[in-house]
Amino acid sequence: MSRITLTDLSRSYGPVEVLKHIDLDIRDGELIVFVGPSGCGKSTLLRQIAGLDRPTSGKIEIDGRDVTRVPAADRGLAMVFQSYALYPHMSVRQNLAFGLENARMAKDEIEKRIQEAARMLEISAYLDRRPGQLSGGQRQRVAIGRAIVRNPTAFLLDEPLSNLDAELRISTRAELAALHKRLGTTMVYVTHDQIEAMTLAHRIVVLRAGRIEQVGTPLELYNKPANRFVAGFIGAPRMNFLPASMFPGSAAAEIGIRPQHLRRATPGETGLKTTVVMIEALGSETVIHAENGGQRVLAVLPGQQQLSPGDEIALAYDAKDLHPFDKDGLRLP
Amino acid sequence: MSRATEFVFRRRGGRGWHWTDLFTWFWLVAGFVLMFGPAIWLVNSSFKTPAALAEFPPTILPYVTAEVTVEGYDKPLQLFEVTLEDGSVRVFAEVRRVGTVAQMVDPANPAEIIRVNIKDRTPVRTVSFATENYVQPFLAFDMFRYLSNSVFVTVMATIITLITNSMAAFALSKYNFRGRATVMVLIVATLMIPLSVILVPLYSVIAGMGLFNSLWGVILPTVATPTGVFMLRQYMLTIPDELIDAARMDKASEWQIYWRIILPLTAPALAVLAIFSVVWRWNDFLWPLIVLSRRELYTLQVALNTYAGETNVQWHFLLAMTVITMIPVVLVFVFLQRFITTGIAGAGLK
Amino acid sequence: MLVAPVGWLARLFDPPLRALQRVGGYGGMAVFFLAPNMLVFGIFVLFPLVLNLVYSTTGGAALFLGDRSFVGLAQYERLFDCSNYLDPKSCAEDLFWTAVWNTAGFVVVQVVLMVVVALVTALVLNRELKARSFWRAVFFFPVLLSPVVVGLIWKWILQRQGLLNLGLYELGLTQVNWLIERGWAFTAAVGVSIWAHVGFYALILLAGLQAIPKDLYEAAEMDGTRPARMFWRITLPLLMPNLIVVLVLVLIRSVQIFDEVYVLTGGGPGTATLYLTQYIYEIGFASHLRNPGLASAASILMGGVLVVLTLLQLGIGRRNEARGKK
Repeated sequence: MSRITLTDLSRSYGPVEVLKHIDLDIRDGELIVFVGPSGCGKSTLLRQIAGLDRPTSGKIEIDGRDVTRVPAADRGLAMVFQSYALYPHMSVRQNLAFGLENARMAKDEIEKRIQEAARMLEISAYLDRRPGQLSGGQRQRVAIGRAIVRNPTAFLLDEPLSNLDAELRISTRAELAALHKRLGTTMVYVTHDQIEAMTLAHRIVVLRAGRIEQVGTPLELYNKPANRFVAGFIGAPRMNFLPASMFPGSAAAEIGIRPQHLRRATPGETGLKTTVVMIEALGSETVIHAENGGQRVLAVLPGQQQLSPGDEIALAYDAKDLHPFDKDGLRLP
Repeated sequence: MSRATEFVFRRRGGRGWHWTDLFTWFWLVAGFVLMFGPAIWLVNSSFKTPAALAEFPPTILPYVTAEVTVEGYDKPLQLFEVTLEDGSVRVFAEVRRVGTVAQMVDPANPAEIIRVNIKDRTPVRTVSFATENYVQPFLAFDMFRYLSNSVFVTVMATIITLITNSMAAFALSKYNFRGRATVMVLIVATLMIPLSVILVPLYSVIAGMGLFNSLWGVILPTVATPTGVFMLRQYMLTIPDELIDAARMDKASEWQIYWRIILPLTAPALAVLAIFSVVWRWNDFLWPLIVLSRRELYTLQVALNTYAGETNVQWHFLLAMTVITMIPVVLVFVFLQRFITTGIAGAGLK
Repeated sequence: MLVAPVGWLARLFDPPLRALQRVGGYGGMAVFFLAPNMLVFGIFVLFPLVLNLVYSTTGGAALFLGDRSFVGLAQYERLFDCSNYLDPKSCAEDLFWTAVWNTAGFVVVQVVLMVVVALVTALVLNRELKARSFWRAVFFFPVLLSPVVVGLIWKWILQRQGLLNLGLYELGLTQVNWLIERGWAFTAAVGVSIWAHVGFYALILLAGLQAIPKDLYEAAEMDGTRPARMFWRITLPLLMPNLIVVLVLVLIRSVQIFDEVYVLTGGGPGTATLYLTQYIYEIGFASHLRNPGLASAASILMGGVLVVLTLLQLGIGRRNEARGKK
């Protein structure tokens, strides 16, 4: 059981408000991802939960117990850091044991847990090496292992994959998902990478400038973004935002449409009349940069297209794929 | 051999001799002689007997005049090589000298006194190291006392310096607290305040605490070195804060973080500070001179100065004591020189 | 071997300090870590600094403040009681002004020579030498020696029957009483202090020289720049920040010159090599004319000079930094 509840949480450093009135309920066993551009406060929020930083106001509860003033060590949480933060002067084994020794656990129990975690993470072979002698991926596993041996009520992960190369990041991402399934423990995961968020999360929390913009499952966020910011942040390439005047009969101030939802109009079908400016042929799909009266429109068309810059094309769409926003950027029903 | 000549005659850029090449070699050779020469001369002189030290012109090697015990004379007599009128050379022992005439005896025939003009005799000399110069200070003077006082002051001051400075540096590098900037300004500002500016009031503080004529009075004022705090702090700033966060998540107390995470990771900087501190404290002079007035409390430096200031300087002992004082620092130089020079080049501190 | 007992000791401290942490939090622990150093610092540096001002306004030979009488600025007035500042004999405190002018003369000569010798040494060491670290060590060796040892080494060489006079004797020249003739004693004081410290400053300058990118010289060589011009237009300007640091450090240390000269000449002959720190020491502690208040006042004046020099360094450093940013 570990349910984490944040109530009206704020944190400011001097005059700078980093977190503004955060309310969030993290359910037991869930993998929740905080995502947002850099400086949005997602890491600060994680540090509040960890107890490494204290909120200026508001309340943090774990399983109904108010831990707002409880130091990090006594919250029963474990954390994986962006830089891994392995103790460079200790062997892998000592790194794993350090937290358990501090909790005054029996020696044989410590050894048992280390062996178990090492087997699970396939790091048994280098338990006696120093972190400096390991590759990035291996270090990352040790950092996760250090969290696992503690048997925490919840894991906190602060951009754990950002220091890995692209290939390793994808495979480790899958392993993390599998690990979560296996342990079933609550995980709070921070990333700036929306693809990571989409692939891992049960629920995503989108943050901007210290505020929660939207909380929801990945598909909820994709299909029904609550506002222009979330719409632009989730999904790649970024959603097109066009003046509503280009869409006859719309009451909105602005219309958003994802590049994947545009297609070449069949003869007779109406669509946006555009001029091709640039073509990126990726093989399986083609990204078209087009223009209509000064408005840039991006379209992802399937397969390979016989087009060249200067060509006139019409881009069609389905009305259900349009995202209408009002003048404040909020989604219209 | 060819490698040696190549080494000696290597020139700039492989082109012809430039005046700067000559100058470089002049400077290096002169530097070598000037920097090491005086110390070598000191060591060399320290093995001479008082008689050899008083001689002018001085000899390069420590010689002593050979002596022999001759029947009928209580004291050993000095041996001389004498050129007789017939041109033959004999070895005689000198009994006494009267004006330009020396009264001598043949050790083989002690009864007969031979008169020799002093111009015709030269002393028989052998190379001999007067090791008693080194032994006597320990037996006759309190050399062992001074030595152990110096060691005590150096070791204690260094240990306390390392502990207090590293703790302060930890607080100043890894905690955010009100007044941190003020403390830093205070420390940097006093980097340049020398002892000589606060001599009188510091003395009264020490005396007021009852530490006058106590080795602790020498030690305590030196341990809060701003240089040390500054140097360690700069080093600790390079330790990532996430390590401390990780340790806190690992249920480590702040004290544990200090001695299990921070101290081991600061080891290189601590080593440099330890070396500096040993050299500083071993070499300290003015402050011990003021605080210590009882002879049995003198450190080596103060003792040396006292013996050097006596009206009748016993140079043979003084030189040997100077060499002994120099030994630890020379050892540091030989083994840890690279550590220090890179430390200074890196921090620009002393 | 050493670590085990230290670790045991440290572990012993853990339970009480954990309790302290529970009460004081992280902030409390910061205070705890800072406390020992700042306590020593406060008692033995900051407090004496303030106390110095008090002492300088009191009179008498007693050392305890309670036994001393308040005299206002009398000590300063005595120090400045002069009909002609350039002539110490016309001053009430003639020794002070002797020390001031001696120190001034010493500083001017020693600082210039020290910087030049250190610079030349650094330039020589910066050339493509085999075994550079060996040569660097050669010049660094005397830096580690204690001032007392330095003083005695040279006293032994410069004495009447010393090595230097042997050299003159061998060359057939007249011997000199190095430490007894005024001019030579001054020369010896300057020379010995340079000998003892030049390696340290050469090291700082060498670090500066080695930080100058090599490709600058290569570029200049491609432009056909002559070596002398390279020195004046590339080396010297780029070395300037280090050179200024060295200059100010030498200046600050030179003003406080004491130990090695004191051992070497004792301030003599007469008062020919009596410098400020020795004056403060003797007036404060050693002489029969003991007057701690006067020593305090003099040390405050010296401290003022040092503060000005330090600020000068900070100011120049900041200006350089600003220029670097542009």
